Amino acid sequence: MSIILKIEDLSKSFTLHNLDRHIKACNNISLAVKQGEFVGITGKSGSGKSTILKSIYRTYLPEQGSIWYNSLKFGLINLSEASERQIIYLRKYEIGYVSQFLKVMPRTTAREIVEDAVLEMGHDSEVAMQETVKILSHFELDQELWDSYPATFSGGEKLRLNVAHAMIKRPRLLLLDEPTASLDSYNKQKVKVLIEQLKNEGTTMLGIFHDIEFMGGLCDREFNMHQGVIDN
Amino acid sequence: MTHFEEPILKVRELSKKFGDGCDSCNSLIEGSLDRNYCPVCGTIHACQKISFDLYRGEILGIVGESGSGKSTLVRCLYFDQEATAGNAYIKDYSDGQENIFSVTSQKKRYIRDHIFGMVYQNPYLSLKMRFTSLSNVAEKLIAAGNRNVGKMLDRGHQLFDHVNLEGFRRKDAPATFSGGMQQRVQIAKALSNNPPILLLDEVTTGLDLSVQANVLDLIKELQRELEISMIVVSHDLSVIRMLADRTIVMLNGKVIEHGLTDQILEDPQHPYTQQLVHSLL
Repeated sequence: MSIILKIEDLSKSFTLHNLDRHIKACNNISLAVKQGEFVGITGKSGSGKSTILKSIYRTYLPEQGSIWYNSLKFGLINLSEASERQIIYLRKYEIGYVSQFLKVMPRTTAREIVEDAVLEMGHDSEVAMQETVKILSHFELDQELWDSYPATFSGGEKLRLNVAHAMIKRPRLLLLDEPTASLDSYNKQKVKVLIEQLKNEGTTMLGIFHDIEFMGGLCDREFNMHQGVIDN
Repeated sequence: MTHFEEPILKVRELSKKFGDGCDSCNSLIEGSLDRNYCPVCGTIHACQKISFDLYRGEILGIVGESGSGKSTLVRCLYFDQEATAGNAYIKDYSDGQENIFSVTSQKKRYIRDHIFGMVYQNPYLSLKMRFTSLSNVAEKLIAAGNRNVGKMLDRGHQLFDHVNLEGFRRKDAPATFSGGMQQRVQIAKALSNNPPILLLDEVTTGLDLSVQANVLDLIKELQRELEISMIVVSHDLSVIRMLADRTIVMLNGKVIEHGLTDQILEDPQHPYTQQLVHSLL
C-alpha cells in the first residue's frame, strides 16, 4: 500500500509575545501513514497530540519539518508550505477533521449543517437530503432536534452532530481529535461502527483517543506521545 | 502547482498617502509598525504596499484596529479615493490585463457600476435617504444602462425579496428605516447589477446584536447562493470568524499577517495579532 501521509521532523512551538513565553508543543515528530490505515495516537493531555493533527490541518502553522500528503488533486504536496487556497481546497474535498468541539455557524440548524457539508462536495440537494437523514438517524439524534440550533444541544448531541458532519463527506484522510471524549458508551459504540464502516471503505484515519481500549481491534498501529515526542 | 486557480482580483503594492510626503517619510515609516504618519511633514501613509489576491466565491476578511487603513484600502478599490501607487487587476474586466487604477474615469465608472458592489458602515454614503428604496436601486440600474421601468421594478422587488425587506416598505424612503433595514437596502443596491465582487466596510458596526446577526446571516446566505466574492472589513474578530475563509491583519497601514481564518485565530504569529485575538471576548 502506498503512503498517503508522511510527517518528517515536525516541530511546533508557540511564542506568546505578550506574556514573553515560549512553549514547545511537539518536537521532531516523524511518522508515516499508509493508505487505508487507521493509526492511533495516545498520550497524556498536553503531550502534543492535537498539535500534530492541527498542524496537518494547518490550523497551526508548522514551525519546522514537512508534512507530505499524497493528494488526488495536487499530487505529493507539503502541507506546511501549501498555499492557503490549496489548503481550503483540500479541507473541502480531501481532508476532514473532527474535534471534541462543534464549530459551526450560529443560527444554522443541525439538518442544514450536515446538508451543507454534502452540498459543498458538489452533490445535488436531493442526495444531500437523503444522506443527511441517513446519518442523523444512524446517530439516533432525536428527530425533534434536526431542525433546531445546535447551541441548545447537550454535549453528547453536539458531538454526535459534529462526527456526522465530518464523516458524511467521506474524506480521504480523516483526522480524529478525541471524537468520543464526552460520549457515553452507547454512543461511543455508534461512532465506532461508523469508523469501522469508513475504514472498510478505505478511508485513511489518524486519530487521538483517550480511551485506548475503545479502539481495540480497529487500530492498525499506535503511537504514544510523551512531552512532545513520540516515545516507543 | 501553487496556482491551480486564477484570482478574480489581484492587488499589488497598493499605497495611499494623505499629504505630499517628504524625504524623511521613507526612512521613518518604512519598517516601522509604530506609526503611519511622518512626524516631519505630517503625511499620513494610510496604506503601504498592500498586496493580496481574492478568489471567486471566497470571503476575505480584513481586520485591524481603527486607523489601520482597512477602509482606505477598500475605498481605493472602489475609487472613492485615488490610490497613490500600486496596481489592481480584475479577471472580469478586460481579462485582468488592465491596471484599474490607471484607466479613464469613464471606465472607472463602469467598474464601480458593474464589477464592485460597495456597502458602507454609514448608509448615508450610498443611499439617497429621501428617495424611495426602489428608486435607490433604480439609480444603480440606470447607471448601468437600464431604461425599462417595468424591468427595473421587477429587479428591485427581486433584490428586496433577497434581502428580506417587507413589501409594504419598499416605496418608503430609507430615512424612515431602522439601521438594520438601511443596511439591507444598501446591500440590495450594491447587488443591483450582479457584481462579481462585493466590498463590505464595517457593515454591522453600530447595529445591535440581533440585527447584526440578521445582517451577517444575510451576507452568508447571499455568498452561498450567488457565489459572489467578498472583501469584509471589520474590527470585530467574531464577524471575521463567522464569515471569512482567509484573513489579512493590518496595523498602521501595513499587512502584518495573513492566513486561514482559523489559523489566525488559533495560532496568531505577530504580537499585535496575538493581542487582538486575546482581546476577543
